[in-house]
Amino acid sequence: MTIPRFWREIKQRYKGIGVECGNCQRVYFPPREVCPHCRRESIGKMKERELTGKGKVITYTEIHEPMSDFKMMTPYIMAIVEMDEDVRMTGQLVDIEYEDVEPGLEVDVTIRRLGEESPSGIIYYGYKFVPIR
Amino acid sequence: MKSSKEVGIKGYAGYVPRYRISPTEIGEVWGKDGARMGKGLNIQSKSVPSPDEDVISISIQAAKWAVKRAKLRGEDIGAIYVGSESHPYAVKPTATIVAAAVGATPYLTAADYEFACKAGTAAFQTCMGLVASGMIKNGMAIGSDTSQGAPGDALEYSAAAGGAAFIIGADDLIAKINYTTSFTTDTPDFWRREGQKYPSHGGRFTGQPAYFKHIAGCTNVLFEETGTEPDDFDYAVFHQPNGKFPVKIAKKMGFTMEQIGPGLLVPRIGNTYSGAVPLGLAATLDVAEPGSRILVTSYGSGAGSDSFDIEVTDRIEEIRERDVPSVEDVISNSVYISYAMYAKFREKIDRGEW
Amino acid sequence: MRDVAIIGIGETKIGELWDMSLRELGIEAGLSAIRDAGVKGEEIEKIYIGNMSAGRLINQEHIAPMIADYAGLDDVPSVRIESGGASGGMALTEGYMSVASGIHDIVVVGGAEKMTDVGDQEAKKILSATADWEWESVFGATFDSLYAMMARYHMLTHGTSKEQLASVSVKNHAHGALNPNAQFQREVPMKFVMGAPIVSDPLSMFDCAPLSDGAAAVVLCPAGKAESYMGEPVKILGTGMGADHMAVHDRRELDAMKATRQAGTKAFSLAGLKPKDMDFAEVHDNYTISEIMAIEDLGFFPKGEGGPATERGDTSLNEKVSINTSGGLKAKGQPVGAVGLNQAVEAVIQLRGDAGKRQVDDAEYGLIHNMGGTGASAVVHILGRWN
Repeated sequence: MTIPRFWREIKQRYKGIGVECGNCQRVYFPPREVCPHCRRESIGKMKERELTGKGKVITYTEIHEPMSDFKMMTPYIMAIVEMDEDVRMTGQLVDIEYEDVEPGLEVDVTIRRLGEESPSGIIYYGYKFVPIR
Repeated sequence: MKSSKEVGIKGYAGYVPRYRISPTEIGEVWGKDGARMGKGLNIQSKSVPSPDEDVISISIQAAKWAVKRAKLRGEDIGAIYVGSESHPYAVKPTATIVAAAVGATPYLTAADYEFACKAGTAAFQTCMGLVASGMIKNGMAIGSDTSQGAPGDALEYSAAAGGAAFIIGADDLIAKINYTTSFTTDTPDFWRREGQKYPSHGGRFTGQPAYFKHIAGCTNVLFEETGTEPDDFDYAVFHQPNGKFPVKIAKKMGFTMEQIGPGLLVPRIGNTYSGAVPLGLAATLDVAEPGSRILVTSYGSGAGSDSFDIEVTDRIEEIRERDVPSVEDVISNSVYISYAMYAKFREKIDRGEW
Repeated sequence: MRDVAIIGIGETKIGELWDMSLRELGIEAGLSAIRDAGVKGEEIEKIYIGNMSAGRLINQEHIAPMIADYAGLDDVPSVRIESGGASGGMALTEGYMSVASGIHDIVVVGGAEKMTDVGDQEAKKILSATADWEWESVFGATFDSLYAMMARYHMLTHGTSKEQLASVSVKNHAHGALNPNAQFQREVPMKFVMGAPIVSDPLSMFDCAPLSDGAAAVVLCPAGKAESYMGEPVKILGTGMGADHMAVHDRRELDAMKATRQAGTKAFSLAGLKPKDMDFAEVHDNYTISEIMAIEDLGFFPKGEGGPATERGDTSLNEKVSINTSGGLKAKGQPVGAVGLNQAVEAVIQLRGDAGKRQVDDAEYGLIHNMGGTGASAVVHILGRWN
């Protein structure tokens, strides 16, 4: 990722700022300009909404063949998490052993290092999930 | 130093990474009796950050919890200072990233501090001054480190990771800071030169003329100026580079194990450097009753100490219930790893270009 | 709308073709399709080329005129079509529509991908960019992992087993062993597949298609003129495209591909045919779970029955419905942007009765299903025997 591309989405990556459709109250993350359900009815009515960060695991995997930037974390767990706001996110699940992961596992967000541009480049931070104990 | 206006702590939280390594495991790699080494240092295990953790992520976790516990919003924070000797960037503040993550940007002042292991308490004092002067309503002081120990060096048995965040303000206090003193000299006991990966130290020189002299000097000034003595405090937290020094200084100054027990985390998590005293204070606040009094003295190589006379208010009970884990909750969630895993986590494996 | 026929096919070998460039791959496939059809260069009015990522794989954009130029067709207008893994199929649809509409008579549709000029790590990363880079890949989600999470969900929801996933791989390798153009022309035993190293749990190495070099092409013309050319024609009876959310997490169904269902429904309705009418299908088995979902979503088996059906052998050659007689992406290979055309080539071979050892008996109708990314786009064509 380039610097502006990362920087532009800091609010989403650090704070989980999504949007709520003013028409149907559905929540979206990342933010959308248009609600896919309400379409034109939603234009101008999408308002910012900070997610609580809590949710439960819908499905998951443990990656053994990563993209090169993630080798130091390998093997690592990815999950699709359904947030309390009924919106889903993809993220790493950390601080848990793979055999302890199961559907329905309750998780919370935490902010971790996602990667870096290069050893001399900027560091990317963003959300990952940890189990709620 | 007494502030002209009552200031204190409104919220706090500590964070320690989940992974641990034992001195025995480290000793095996270097042909040393690690168990004996650990006993000598009074360290049973030290915390290890996972590859995706650093001072920024640790600070953010502690800061988010502290804000939540204080029932504040990010924009209520007028200043953020992060003390550490392992900031991920040499140039570019940790504090701005923490500020963005807690939603405090853009109307705040922020900076990173470095004063070896006492950078966190230096941040306390800065926030106290800004609050007392009325320049800001709330400030956040963070002490956090993922400290470095060269492979095979004595420091490797203790250098650990963790941090704590405190919100300093003038209202809704869970603890008042009655008084603070500092004691600063030019004492080169431990340092890291620009561009060097690992710190260097003066071996036994880090003891008497450094740690002991400054902690005692600073604490004694506080006793004198406030007319107190060890008996007046229910708890005490001293900087803890290992499990031996704080116990030794406490005994020498007339404190009991009961007083320093709750804040003495080093035997279980190792030396978290700038995070050590803030974490010790956070753990003490977790168990302190309303009205109890806590003496805190940090130590940073180079060298200096900051002491604080802290008095817990009734409000402490209220904020304990707020969905934020205690330091004990965080520390007890731990998993031991091998030296091989530790080497991978701490990037001691040269992975070349990928 | 005019009926459209395929009158010529061509494809390169598929695999690690170290000595061939994208240009050469495209030309070889295109020229052999043109020769097969027996059309002359000056008759060709338009060229469509499906390609996923030449820009990142070989640092070359604007590849359609480049390939046309080196094929000696520098005066034929050409355009590249991109829809991730569905690029080839989508190019076929564009070609079909330009002939059906009456705008063009003779159109060449090709697909080409050169994956091995970058390292396999880099190729995987580029493929992962067909998922949602900013909201999936950046967090560490590989392309494999997104399918692995769908596989996990399918297993949790329907009881699909690892053995059932593996049986897709075993079958497609068995089919590939009969295809002289396949990248892997050998059978693999179940035990070997089950013991393969994990890529992204529950998917192991043999659940994942390779990343290959290759190209394929077809020549289209109006059905009314098809018999005046040399190649034995095959009818395109229906086409349909489907769409879904870009990121897997935005889809409410994780055990199905809405885009596949939508594309299939549309194509069947245009063709006036039903799944049971199909004698064979080439489906997008970039992962074993993809084939299981595809045969369910296309209506060959009820949801959740794809795994057991495969394990029973219902999808093997000349059983209930022959799925991926070519070997599929798993064994024939995965030159990403060419896949849709590789499938078309196989369908034409089957419908002409030229498939030799892997010939589907009395093949009258066949379906080809090509999918983009993790399922955000899909395209289905239904083809029929000329007589």
